[in-house]
Amino acid sequence: MFNEKVKDKIATGVIYAMSGIIVLILAGLLLYILGSGLRYVNWHFLTSGSKAFQAGSGVGIQLFNSFFLLILSMLISIPISISAGIYLSEYAGKNKLVEVIRISIEVLSSLPSIVVGLFGFLIFVISFKFGFSILSGALTLTVFNLPILTRNVEDSLKSVAQSQREAGLALGLSKWETVIHVIIPDGLPGIITGMIIGAGRVFGEAAALIYTAGQSAPPLDFTNFNVFSITSPLNLMRPAETLAVHIWKVNSEGLIPDAVQVSAGASAVLIIAVLLFNLLSRYIGNLVYKKMTGE
Amino acid sequence: MKDPIRESLTKKSVSAKRETRGKIISFSFTAIIVILVVTIIGFVASRGLIIFFKDGVNPINFLTHSVWAPSKLDSAGHPIVGAAPMIVGSFAVTLIAALIGTPFAIAAALFMTEISPKWGRKVLQPVIELLVGIPSVVYGFIGLTVVVPFVRKIAGGSGFGILAGSFVLFVMILPTITSMSVDALRAVPRYYREASLALGATRWQTIHKVILRAATPGILTAVVFGMSRAFGEALAVQMVIGNAMLLPNNLVSPSATLTSVLTMNMGNTIMGSTPNNALWSLALLLLLMSLLFNFIIRLIAKRGKM
Repeated sequence: MFNEKVKDKIATGVIYAMSGIIVLILAGLLLYILGSGLRYVNWHFLTSGSKAFQAGSGVGIQLFNSFFLLILSMLISIPISISAGIYLSEYAGKNKLVEVIRISIEVLSSLPSIVVGLFGFLIFVISFKFGFSILSGALTLTVFNLPILTRNVEDSLKSVAQSQREAGLALGLSKWETVIHVIIPDGLPGIITGMIIGAGRVFGEAAALIYTAGQSAPPLDFTNFNVFSITSPLNLMRPAETLAVHIWKVNSEGLIPDAVQVSAGASAVLIIAVLLFNLLSRYIGNLVYKKMTGE
Repeated sequence: MKDPIRESLTKKSVSAKRETRGKIISFSFTAIIVILVVTIIGFVASRGLIIFFKDGVNPINFLTHSVWAPSKLDSAGHPIVGAAPMIVGSFAVTLIAALIGTPFAIAAALFMTEISPKWGRKVLQPVIELLVGIPSVVYGFIGLTVVVPFVRKIAGGSGFGILAGSFVLFVMILPTITSMSVDALRAVPRYYREASLALGATRWQTIHKVILRAATPGILTAVVFGMSRAFGEALAVQMVIGNAMLLPNNLVSPSATLTSVLTMNMGNTIMGSTPNNALWSLALLLLLMSLLFNFIIRLIAKRGKM
């Protein structure tokens, strides 16, 4: 019906249009979230505690909880993922055992986060009797984050040139010493970028947390440094609703009258945080790269 | 008699000791991941199978019956657990989201690799990366405040339902499918394109007769991966699906998915009770589906290599 040149033009037009729609969707999303949310974001909103039934509540405690959980889970998962990444990229050969490890990482990374959350509930909250707590939440987030971080470390190390390894070994270093002193510094920019992106993912995660870190945010007293007191922000055993969980909570079973405003504001904060993580990962990655290469 | 030279040569050096230690440490941390996976499957299975072994529910009935009332018993004395509404709901949102999402994702991937790599890198790449980063609750919130009212206006009803769920999931899995498709398209050797263009084919002919065919296994993997994401997504779907455990009559009637039921009800049941065990069976089903998706991806990868 059409000759091939016309078909080519039409197809190109369609591809342009569909790509344009995707850009429009993102632009619309961002504008909507920031447009509807930013006007509720002020100092009071970011610092004050939330109320169960009344309007005018803030998200200060949730924000603190989000960062606290993030730091804690990164503290646990970074050493594990770096070690595992080193093993997979430097020591693992091609045998049945390594195959099993790789399949496990794939399976773990594709598990729905709600399943990871329920597992965390079963093992940390109930079996280990940690209850709904920061600790349960951080451990569950570690399970959720570990496979992705490990793969990132492995990829970053694998992209380091083979000649670097040979140089290290030629200097008489053992393999392990080569890895620690040569390969890791070289792969560091990639590792850091991946860690920050992973942190962004953890920051927005909610499904894995609703049954582990809990859905309530008891008021905190930021002058209380007794880690065994329930009002102490540093207490690891207190329930800690995060920002992402809060958005879900006020929308699905919220009793506060200004649920839409609160979640609009909280969504805006969450998006800005994620954008910051995104920019930060590029910036710090570049910075470390420059430092390491001495440019 | 001791020979100090001989001893120093045969003894393990500090370096060699560090080497062994490093190897052991890195391996044991890797083993943690494997142990975790085994424990997750073991724990969820041990809870999820109770309803079949202890309460004697027939697995076929579990998959095909459509009434979910685990606290009541049927005439044979087994709890009434029919998971069909949730299974249908989960598959419906996943398939519809993939059906809408795949063409868009492939178009975007083609734009980035074949049509305009420069604009692709400058505009589309950051857009895709940002879309990946948006947390699922934010998608759920937008679904609730924008998509649901929109569906209500267009299609009537409450607006909650499979259509709203699919639409939210479509946006959520779009970046996943796109970036994996881009990788697949980039892996097609350059000389394929050159050969086709040299034969006088137009760009579109090259794309759909050569490049897309060569990249089919990779794109299929991308789509299955996106579907597995959609199938397991919990909160965003739960917020817009309507949460009615009924077989969906149409795309705009409130329904439920496996994940939405788990999110809503796990906290409202007592650990170890029959309704709670029934929920764990749903979690087990979700886990098995995730393993199945994984298996399919491996299968495609193996086929693609041949």
